[in-house]
Amino acid sequence: MLRIFKRAIQDILVNSFLNSVAIVTISLCVLIISAFALFYVNASAIMDFWVRGIRIMAYLGPDVPEPVILDIKQKIRNMNGVGKIRFVSKEEALETLKEQMQQQASLLEHLDANPLPDAFEIRIRDTFRNWQDFEMLASRVRSFPEVEEVEYGQQWMGRFMNLLNLFRLTGYALACLFFMAAVFFVANTIRLVLYSRREEVEIMRLVGASEGFIKDPFYIQSMIQGALGGVIGLGTLFVMFRFVVGDWTLEIGDWKLETASDFQFLISDFQIQFLSPEIFIGILLGSMFVGWLGCYISLRQFLK
Amino acid sequence: MQKKEDHNPIIQVFHVHKRYGSEKALTDISSEICEREFLFVTGPSGAGKTTLLKLLYLGEPVSEGQIIIDGMNLSRLSRRQIPSLRRKFGIIFQDYKLIPTRSVFDNIALVAEAVGTRKRLVPKKVRSVLRTVGMEDRLGAFPPGLSGGEQQRVAVARAIAGNPKIILADEPTGSLDAEAASLVFNLLKSLHERGATVIIATHDTALIRRTGGRVIILEGGRLQVSTTIPKLD
Repeated sequence: MLRIFKRAIQDILVNSFLNSVAIVTISLCVLIISAFALFYVNASAIMDFWVRGIRIMAYLGPDVPEPVILDIKQKIRNMNGVGKIRFVSKEEALETLKEQMQQQASLLEHLDANPLPDAFEIRIRDTFRNWQDFEMLASRVRSFPEVEEVEYGQQWMGRFMNLLNLFRLTGYALACLFFMAAVFFVANTIRLVLYSRREEVEIMRLVGASEGFIKDPFYIQSMIQGALGGVIGLGTLFVMFRFVVGDWTLEIGDWKLETASDFQFLISDFQIQFLSPEIFIGILLGSMFVGWLGCYISLRQFLK
Repeated sequence: MQKKEDHNPIIQVFHVHKRYGSEKALTDISSEICEREFLFVTGPSGAGKTTLLKLLYLGEPVSEGQIIIDGMNLSRLSRRQIPSLRRKFGIIFQDYKLIPTRSVFDNIALVAEAVGTRKRLVPKKVRSVLRTVGMEDRLGAFPPGLSGGEQQRVAVARAIAGNPKIILADEPTGSLDAEAASLVFNLLKSLHERGATVIIATHDTALIRRTGGRVIILEGGRLQVSTTIPKLD
């Protein structure tokens, strides 16, 4: 294995220009795809942050008997996407209102009767991402005859969620496109390398070298290309990310690049994150797979 | 014991035809070559000598007929089995077919590695075969820096690096001067004496008369004669 690895490294160095082109191509594709992933991951995290704050309030009609309330509570709890459900009695609601009104709370003292309704406060599970699902859940809650009114999040959030889903689909499509472009480039590079070494390959076949003996260095070579491309692409993204949200500065002579001192994220208690180790490794493995696939395609054609 | 081994056919050719499109390169060739035999295949240019050698190591497939090499029927060989067939041969090409970008050492080590020699034994093996052909001092040289005779000796060293049963030499002395040709030919003779089956395709009839032995004569793709020529004193 070490021998094949050494041969692969030698081959990369011998055809350094061709291999550099392939590595740069892969790194550009990885940079674009991982930038999309970074945006999507953070946009999803922001969405989760907001979603955690969403609750559906189901207000009940007057004088609903307690057994019916318990029955409805149980039925809502069993619905798909419901995380927590809490019954808020009208007395509790009035107390909360008084606390919120503070100095004006005395106004409520003179009421003949509590005007507030009993209600359910329904929290949504974190996995619930689709706005249509929210609406469907809300309409199912509204379908109980005892429920008079249902209130839930802002419409703009629904639109944002749909936009995010559209963005995710666009990301998938672009990832496919760049994946194919990278495979195409690697396949062509390996084909050119094979072409430049066709005599050597032919001699190896004539002296009885097995297919594996001939092909393995090419596979290793293109997987190294993929891994290097992945590391360079992700590394570039990381450096850019640190400059944008971190506190890095770069000085070359009089020229200085540093993070904008007044950079602040829109949501003060939300920390923008770089890609998680899982996604990082996933992208790296993906770029190695690009190398492998490109090699497989060109070897299949060349060594027929 | 030696006599018995000599009569075991290692190559059997049955009614072999080879066509390139409508052009016939070989027509109805049948022959048998025994283990440890020293055989010449001769004939004028275009007679089909190189084509016949190519058919033996599956450099080309036969159009018709069958070839059996050391018990392997080439018509039934799968793609995966071709390398193991070729490892039975040590092939010396007329144009040497050395890799110009690799050193003499690497050219030979490639074969030793390809046949599965252990990594730590490869340098020893390479030195040993280079010593056999008298080129041990040139193992760091590159083929373009060697003379024709030296390149051919390296090619011989490469051919024997995998301990093949059969040596195929296609015009091994064709492009060499008399001294270099004699050196290479003597090497082939010594390989035969060590137990290899040696098949030489050549149009050098003087060489055949000088050496003697079994000769297959091809003409126009047909086998004209298979005979034994006595060595000239």
